Amino acid sequence: MAGCALGVTAWAALIPIRSASRDEIFEIPKGTWARRMAGDRIEILPAEIRLTLGVRDVLVLRNRDEVPQIFGPTLMMPGQGLRLPFTVASSYQFACTAHASGQMTILVEPFPATPWARLRWRVRELLKPLGLRRGGAST
Amino acid sequence: MLLPLLFFAAAGSGADDASLEAGVFSPPRAAPDFSLRGSDDTELKLSRYRGKLVILEFGFTACPDVCPTTLAALAQARKQLGAEGDELQVVYITVDPERDDAERLRSYLAAFDPTFIGGTGTAEQLAGVRRDYGIAATRTTLGTSYAFSHSSYTYLIDREGMLRALMPYGHAPDDYVHDVRILLKQ
Repeated sequence: MAGCALGVTAWAALIPIRSASRDEIFEIPKGTWARRMAGDRIEILPAEIRLTLGVRDVLVLRNRDEVPQIFGPTLMMPGQGLRLPFTVASSYQFACTAHASGQMTILVEPFPATPWARLRWRVRELLKPLGLRRGGAST
Repeated sequence: MLLPLLFFAAAGSGADDASLEAGVFSPPRAAPDFSLRGSDDTELKLSRYRGKLVILEFGFTACPDVCPTTLAALAQARKQLGAEGDELQVVYITVDPERDDAERLRSYLAAFDPTFIGGTGTAEQLAGVRRDYGIAATRTTLGTSYAFSHSSYTYLIDREGMLRALMPYGHAPDDYVHDVRILLKQ
């Protein structure tokens, strides 16, 4: 058991990270506006989004609803998307009226080049489903 | 009501912009027109620049960091573009009509590039333009004065008046040059 855990940890730390897609996708589902009008408190975007250079460094926002919406930093029409690539590791602040704080942070981290960085990245990816769901609304 | 109509009218004009450094809208939509007072003391309408590539920025002349940094990058980019720079128009719309009249905008922008044009108007007019473009601007008190927290990105609007891309704050002049050249060729 201990050997198995050690093996998995070694794999997570040593095997280079590859990603089939570099897109981190968030969508406003159809019917969101109607649900909001009905009183649902729907959060689509977390106040902080983490991206990783070379792995997942393109933020993709899509408005699938039937009305224009402020989504992330900008106004988006029904059916419209915004594909926003990042090339520099930094913390980006966007004014975002969708959040109570009025601000959204996109934290772009460097490519996980060291074993420790790879391990940390993989653990965080593993734990991500426990946080805000991607690609849809959560209440 | 008008915005969705403009959008659907424009939906067929999208092209592959994956190589842009800026964030790309897909499909692009028609950039909302506006009518403001220009820093050249004439009516400033976006449609005046149809045929040119427009970079649209929102800010205020007392801005301590974001605005001067972006305007300096744009001025440098325009220099780097050489003759192609004549096909680029930077439009800077104030979020602070109380202080930014046409004269103040003119002298402020001339320090970066005399071809840059500013736009001002009533608080209601400017709020309408910000709403059309999804721009946030919040006034904050600073001692006896005030400042604004505002959207820091710029919009890239093509020759046909289509809102094509959004460049986040902090990009280098080279990135603007790269994207302007691509959009001018289309």
